[in-house]
Amino acid sequence: MAYQFDFAAVWAYHEMLAQGAMRTLALTAVGAGIGVAVGTLGAVVRAWRLAPFDRVFGVYVELIRNTPFIVQLFFIFFGLPSLGVHMSEWQAAVLAMAVNLGAYSTEIIRAGIVATPRGQIEAAASLALSRFEIFRHVVLRPALQRVWPALVSQIVIVMLGSSVCSQISAEELTFAANFIQSRNFRAFETYVVVAVLYLLLALLVRQLLLWIGRRFVVGRPAT
Amino acid sequence: MNRRNILRLFAAAALACGLLTTAHAGSLETIQKSGTLRVAVPQDFPPFGSVGPDMKPRGYDVDMAGLIAKGLGVKLELIAVTSTNRVPYLTAGKADLVISSLGKNPDREKVIDFSNAYAPFFTGVFGPDELKVTAAADLAGKTIGVTRGAVEDLDLSKIAPASATIKRFEDNNATIAAYLSGQVQLVATGNVVAAAINERSNKRPLDTKFLIKNSPCYVGVNKGDEPLLAKVNEVIAKAKQSGALNEIAQRWLHAPLPAGL
Repeated sequence: MAYQFDFAAVWAYHEMLAQGAMRTLALTAVGAGIGVAVGTLGAVVRAWRLAPFDRVFGVYVELIRNTPFIVQLFFIFFGLPSLGVHMSEWQAAVLAMAVNLGAYSTEIIRAGIVATPRGQIEAAASLALSRFEIFRHVVLRPALQRVWPALVSQIVIVMLGSSVCSQISAEELTFAANFIQSRNFRAFETYVVVAVLYLLLALLVRQLLLWIGRRFVVGRPAT
Repeated sequence: MNRRNILRLFAAAALACGLLTTAHAGSLETIQKSGTLRVAVPQDFPPFGSVGPDMKPRGYDVDMAGLIAKGLGVKLELIAVTSTNRVPYLTAGKADLVISSLGKNPDREKVIDFSNAYAPFFTGVFGPDELKVTAAADLAGKTIGVTRGAVEDLDLSKIAPASATIKRFEDNNATIAAYLSGQVQLVATGNVVAAAINERSNKRPLDTKFLIKNSPCYVGVNKGDEPLLAKVNEVIAKAKQSGALNEIAQRWLHAPLPAGL
């Protein structure tokens, strides 16, 4: 009576799985790009208390970090059309991911910015660096350096969380898994394969982002 | 020894069933003599049969039972059954008729007889009034919401043209929400689900566009009970003609009877 494993039943859908994985990656790339940009803006505004925007971002951060991602997603996809805002499942998914990551990365990057020693900024000022130069080289870059691993982790979390987007018919990796499982009834095989795919994707994204961090954010170590 | 006992039990049960069925063969007379028609109706399957706020059974099947009792000129006695025991209630003689959203299939036809269809039960494509869709080919370029893995998903995936976008949702609620919020133009689902949507919201009323799979409901009658079957068919035909059945369909399914029924 032992269960007969049949991974061929899943392999029959390998094109769908590959497409789903690519779409998950694309969704993550766009969502994370916008999300980190929003987060950087929010972090600067909050760290330097630029009224009244710091309050706005404060509310935004609390609102997003204290509500479930799936509720945010459903609100955008099913709720907003009542106000006349229609979005495709992909637009809704990207927006939800960007908004979600924006809130978390605001706090992550802000932590890096507030950790900048005052003396460092004063030293830069005494070297006659402009405000923008100080911000770019003395504040933001070291801040991103400090929090980069945390930011990468958050992006991976958002990527794994994108599995929820299958609920609004966005055909990403989890959608592919649910679809395959509803056709071949091979739940064990299907979800094992998809779990491994997610694991590989997460490792890939993490390594890629760490490399990007080393190459572009942290810069070459001073020798 | 043990096995022999079980066999005996089966033989006795079969005999008892046979006796009961024969005892009810001339049931039209018995019903008229006793003045009550006992009908097995569902109580867990709205809108066909459920318990109303006044704790009384109500629904399409209950109204249908009332119609037949009226046609026979007798009192109605409702017997609440579930989908698993509705046929045994009939064959065991505990009910004269089973009106319980019963579909026809060869296995059931071996055990009981079926009247003409009295209620529509089908999966189909539904959408707003203004959208002109009459067949699967018309779905080209349209977006259709469906609940993933449901029968209608499998059927629709086969018949929809390649340019149709099928959006698959996790459950009926998500499919309904997608339609009501305008994320999909049409939905493929059962007519009962469509009726439930129309009952709860008139934001985007659902019209039947075309049928995917038709499995209407029939009244179940004991095998060989010709006089009762003829009488039931007569009442159904009359109700179709007079519009009484259409009224019931409008009340519970929020849609007129389909033409072919």
